[in-house]
Amino acid sequence: MSAVDMALHDGWVVAKRNLIKVKRIPDLLIFSTIQPIMFVLLFAYVFGSAIPVPGVNYKEFLMPGIFVQTVAFGASITAVGLADDLQKGMVDRFRSLPMSRGAVLIGRTTSDLLNNVLVVIIMSITGLIVGWRIHTGFWKGLAGYLILLAFAYAMSWISALIGLSVKSVEVAQSAGFIWLFPLTFLSNAFVPTNNMPPVLQKIADWNPISSVVLSLRDLWGNAGLTRPPGIPGDYPIPLAIGWTVLILIIFVPLSIAKYRQAAAR
Amino acid sequence: MADAIRAEGLVKHYGEVKALDGIDLSVPEGTVLGLLGPNGAGKTTCVRILTTLLRPDRGSAHINGIDVLAHPDRVRRTIGVSGQYAAVDEYLTGMENLEMIGRLYHLGRKQARARADELLDRFNLSDAANRPVKTYSGGMRRRLDLAGALVISPPVIVLDEPTTGLDPRSRLGMWDVISERVRAGATLLLTTQYLEEADQLCDDIVVIDHGRSIAHGTPEDLKREVGGERLEVVLGNRAEAQIAQEIMTKVCSEEATIDDEAHRVVAPVTRGSWALLEAVREFDSAGIVPVDIGIHRASLDDVFMKLTGTAATPSEDAVKS
Repeated sequence: MSAVDMALHDGWVVAKRNLIKVKRIPDLLIFSTIQPIMFVLLFAYVFGSAIPVPGVNYKEFLMPGIFVQTVAFGASITAVGLADDLQKGMVDRFRSLPMSRGAVLIGRTTSDLLNNVLVVIIMSITGLIVGWRIHTGFWKGLAGYLILLAFAYAMSWISALIGLSVKSVEVAQSAGFIWLFPLTFLSNAFVPTNNMPPVLQKIADWNPISSVVLSLRDLWGNAGLTRPPGIPGDYPIPLAIGWTVLILIIFVPLSIAKYRQAAAR
Repeated sequence: MADAIRAEGLVKHYGEVKALDGIDLSVPEGTVLGLLGPNGAGKTTCVRILTTLLRPDRGSAHINGIDVLAHPDRVRRTIGVSGQYAAVDEYLTGMENLEMIGRLYHLGRKQARARADELLDRFNLSDAANRPVKTYSGGMRRRLDLAGALVISPPVIVLDEPTTGLDPRSRLGMWDVISERVRAGATLLLTTQYLEEADQLCDDIVVIDHGRSIAHGTPEDLKREVGGERLEVVLGNRAEAQIAQEIMTKVCSEEATIDDEAHRVVAPVTRGSWALLEAVREFDSAGIVPVDIGIHRASLDDVFMKLTGTAATPSEDAVKS
């Protein structure tokens, strides 16, 4: 077996193991889907009338933002899962087996991606119910979903590094979560950035979250009339893909290196 | 005979703490080495280095002639490891756990399944094979964890406190399985805090404390080193105990010590059975009937006490080495 074949084979064995857990405790899934549904409903009906966005209905404007926020938060379960494996000695067991070095992380990020796929499906249905639509076509619609999930997958690798660094499930739960609040709120996910103070606006426009959100809005026909100036407004899709690739290039090797010396206790 | 496990001059620091301070180990093929020591002595650090989980600051280690530091992947293919805590997935069934490990050793799907079946049967877990491990008792989890270490019938097995926290009956069961592997030719390194376990299973024992090896030998060697036989008599009351002390000092030609509270008198002896007979005759003519009388040999507990200055009481919550 080549190194790549082995990584994929072993990664899939680990991913299947993680998915069995979801099957055995369905409550996990129920709660991870209730949250995005709640967000859609709260933002759509509570803020919906208070936030005017020129050229588009707020619910339509909002949905891509909620999608990206939800998958970003969803990726934080990667940290919890890995911290749990570390704490229970599973990582020690895996590390003493002749398996691929990246497999535990590949398996974990893959099963978390599949979890995110399910969440995205449920959110799409909720969105359709509250009046969100994709106005472009099948291929552009699909391209939007692919950008969304690729970004979610990259976020999982950041989360993986956090999970391997904190060594306790409780810490992973908050540490994996907390940085996502400024990251997602300091973006165009919920409000247009043009009313923010200039410095914040600059940060928000270049925020990877914003690039992904704007890509989805463009691909699905949910963008309003206001666009950020310069590159973030002109090339959101290349920028979103670029951010995703950059995150993977940085965090895949870092996480794997961390895993190789991870010690449970 | 070649050494299946060999370590030379292992040194490992954790910050300021010197966990290992130059440990040498050698385990000839097909034998069992027991690593004994109090909590924090460095047992687990040793095991983690030998099983490729940790790199030492200095020193070298070989498993079946393969350099652990240079070729960890090749070492992993020849060892079976069971750590201090049962590392089994709670949400998977026993079957799924073992199948997964088999697949990660790159056995085929069918082969992994067949091997899992076989092991579950061998470890009396067949009835629970399709239940999530969450429902298992502590003993069952330990057995499953050990089964996980044996999935590929590895020639070298490393077990870190395999029976800690088990009830006596499950412990006996574990000993059976472990000895069976050794009879089949496996080489075993085992850490334990149970001296009885070391006595039962090990051909050789290394006692470590503060990261250093402080004694090495067969269980018999160690016991002999620490002290030979002694005559112990328990009497019914203090007056009798005092008479017994006189008798035993005379018979054993060494000062007998007396424990007033327990009315126990102890004297070291050289020719044990002769001294016992002689003492019995003397007691008889003095009209004393001891509550208990006998010859005792040094136990590994005595060895442990003498060498490390602490009792070998296992504690679950203490900081592990």
